[in-house]
Amino acid sequence: MPFSLKLEKRLEESKIIAFLVPLGSLLLALVFGAILLQSVGADPLRTYSAMIEGAFGTPVQWTQGDFYALTETLVKATPLMICGLAVSIAFRMLFWNIGAEGQLVMGGFAAGAVALWLPGMAPWLPHWAFLPLMALAGIVAGAAWGILPGLLKAYVKVNEIITTLMLNYIAILWLQYLYYGPWKDPKGFGFPGTAQFEPFTWLPRLIGRVHWGLVFALLAAIFIWLILSRTRWGYEIRLIGENPVAARYAGINIGRNIVLVMFLSGGLAGLAGMAEVAGISHRLQHGLAVGYGFTAIIVAWLAKLNPWGVVVVAFLLAALLVGGDQIQITMGLPAAMASVLQGAILFFMLGGNILTRYRVRIVRSLPAECTQEG
Amino acid sequence: MDVVLLISILTITIRAGTSLLYATIGEILTERSGILNLGVEGMMIMGAVSAFAAAFHTGSVWAGVATAIVVGGSLALIHAFLTITLRADQTVSGLALTIFGSGLASFLGQRLGPGGQPLVGQVGPRFEKIALPLLSDIPFLGDALFRQDVLVYGMYLLVPLAWFILYKTRPGLHLRAVGESPHTADAMGVNVPGLRYFYTVLGGMLVGLGGAHLSLAYTPGWTENLTSGRGWIAIALVIFATWDPARAVVGALLFGGVNAIQFRLQAAGTTIPAAFLNMLPYAFTVIVLVLITWWEAFRKRVGAPAALGVPYMREEVT
Repeated sequence: MPFSLKLEKRLEESKIIAFLVPLGSLLLALVFGAILLQSVGADPLRTYSAMIEGAFGTPVQWTQGDFYALTETLVKATPLMICGLAVSIAFRMLFWNIGAEGQLVMGGFAAGAVALWLPGMAPWLPHWAFLPLMALAGIVAGAAWGILPGLLKAYVKVNEIITTLMLNYIAILWLQYLYYGPWKDPKGFGFPGTAQFEPFTWLPRLIGRVHWGLVFALLAAIFIWLILSRTRWGYEIRLIGENPVAARYAGINIGRNIVLVMFLSGGLAGLAGMAEVAGISHRLQHGLAVGYGFTAIIVAWLAKLNPWGVVVVAFLLAALLVGGDQIQITMGLPAAMASVLQGAILFFMLGGNILTRYRVRIVRSLPAECTQEG
Repeated sequence: MDVVLLISILTITIRAGTSLLYATIGEILTERSGILNLGVEGMMIMGAVSAFAAAFHTGSVWAGVATAIVVGGSLALIHAFLTITLRADQTVSGLALTIFGSGLASFLGQRLGPGGQPLVGQVGPRFEKIALPLLSDIPFLGDALFRQDVLVYGMYLLVPLAWFILYKTRPGLHLRAVGESPHTADAMGVNVPGLRYFYTVLGGMLVGLGGAHLSLAYTPGWTENLTSGRGWIAIALVIFATWDPARAVVGALLFGGVNAIQFRLQAAGTTIPAAFLNMLPYAFTVIVLVLITWWEAFRKRVGAPAALGVPYMREEVT
C-alpha cells in the first residue's frame, strides 16, 4: 500500500469538529440513503421532501393553522425523549440497558391493568386518583423489569446486554398474550386489544394528539440533569462511567449504584409506556412496542448522553420516523427507510468521532527498507 | 416415549440449531481476536433476506448462499473499519450494525420481490434434504443426523475444523494471542489489526451463512423479523460455550431442542398459549446465562478473551 492513515492524538478535543461531526454525519447518511433510494427506483429528492413535509408540514399549512404534522412529530418525540433519558443515565455508568422497549411495555401493561380493573374493584376511588396511580404502576413495573438485569449484573455479573434484550421479547409476548387472550375486548369484533379505558384515565391532551407525556418528558430531562450535575449520586454515576477502577478505590459501591440506576432507568421507560397507553391508545393493543426503546439507544448516543441533547435529538429522530411513515403512505416506500437512515447516521457519527480526538494524516509509505528502524 | 417422536424432535433440534451454530462459531472467531461484534442479529437478518432474494431471482440456492456470505462479510467489514481503524466504541458500533441491518433488511424485503414488490409470501428455491448413503441407514440416529440439508452437513465439518484450527495450529495460536494479549502478539511479529480484520469479516460471513440457512432451509421464505432474536441468542451462546467451538455444539443443540419442543407442543395442540411457548427460548437464554456465569465464577474461570472489546493502540506501549 503506497499510502496509509496516520493518527496523531490531539492535545485537546476540537470544539469546531465536535460540532461539525454530527452535521456531516447527517449529510453523509442522507447521501447514502439517496443512493439506496435511487437503486430501488425511487426519486431521492422527492422522497426527502415528502419526509420533511410529513414531519413538519408546509408553510401554507401553518398559515392555515394546520400544525398536524408537527404535533404528530411531538407525539412520537415524547416516548423517545423519556426512553432516551432512561437509557442515557444507564449508559453514563456503562450499564448497557438495551431493554427500554420491554420496560416501556411492562409500564404500559401495569398502567393498563390499573385503568382496566381498578374502577370496578374500587368504585369509591375519586376519578382524579387514577392517573397518578397509573403513573405509579407504570414506573414500578418498568423499574422491576429493569432491576432484574441490574441485580443479575451487580451480584452474579451476568451480561446485561443479553438479559435486558431477552426481557424485551418476554414482555412483548406477555402483553400479546393478554390482549389476544384473557384481556381481549369481548365486544371488539375479534380485534386484538383490550376494551377502551374509562375517559377519566386518559392523559389530557395539549394540542392535536400531543398529551401530558410531553410535560413528563421535559420534567424528566430537568430531573436527570439535576441528578447528574447537582448531586453526589450523579457524581458517583459519572465517575463509575469514566473510570470504574478509580470509583471502586474511592469506596463507591458499584453494585448498589447499578441497581439504583436501573430502578430509575426502568422506571422512566415504564412511565413512557404509561404515557403511551393513557395518552394515545387508551387501550392495550398491538402497536405499543414499535421500537421506541431501540431508537432511544440512538437518541442517547447521538445526544452524547446529555439530557438536553436527548430532548433535541429525540425530536429530530421523531421527525425521521413520522417522515418514514409518510413516504410509506403517500409513495409506497418502506417506512423502514427511517431506521436505515438512523443506523447510517450513527455509523458516520461513530466514524467521525475519531476526528475530534485525532488528527488524521494520509502519509505516503516509504519503501520497506527505509522504514526499518534501528 | 415413542421412538418416531423422539427422532422427529432430534431432527428439528439439529435443523434449528444449525443456523444458531453458524452464527455462534462466527462470533466465537471474531471475539477470540478481541473484537466484540454485537451486530450478529443485523448481519444474520441481512444474510437471510439477501440469500432468499438472490436465490429467488437466480433460481439457485448456491447463489443465495454466496450472497449471504458476501453481505455478512461486508457488514462485518463496516464494524471492523469503525472499531479497528477508527477505534470507535465496539458496543455502540455493534448495536448500530444491528439497528441498521434490521432496518435495511425490512426495507429490502419490501422492495426486492418480483418487479419491486415485497418478498413476503414469495416461494423460492430451497435446500432439500439429502439422505447420505449408508450413514442414513443407521438405526435411530441415521434419520436425524444424516437425512438433512447440505448446510447441516457443512456444519458437521465446520465445527471440528474451527476447533482444530483454534487449538492445534499456529494460525489458531496467533488468533488466541491477539485476543488475549495483543501487545505480546505484536511483539511476536503478528499483525494485530490485520488478524482482527480477518476474523471479524470471517465471523460476519459465517453469521450471514447462518441467516441463509434460516431463509433457504429451516423456514424457507422471507417474513419480517425472520431471525426474531436468534442473533442475540447466538451471542449468549458464545458466553455459554466459554468461547470454545466444541462447547458451542452443546449450546446450539440445547436451544434447538427448546425450538423443537415448542414445535411439537404446538403441533400436538397443547392448551399452553402460543405466547408462552414463544417465550421459552428467551426465558431459557436468561436462565442458562445466569447459571453459566455463576458456575464459571464459582470455578474461578475467566472464559472471555482478556482483550475483548479493548481497542489496540500500539503507541500506548511505553
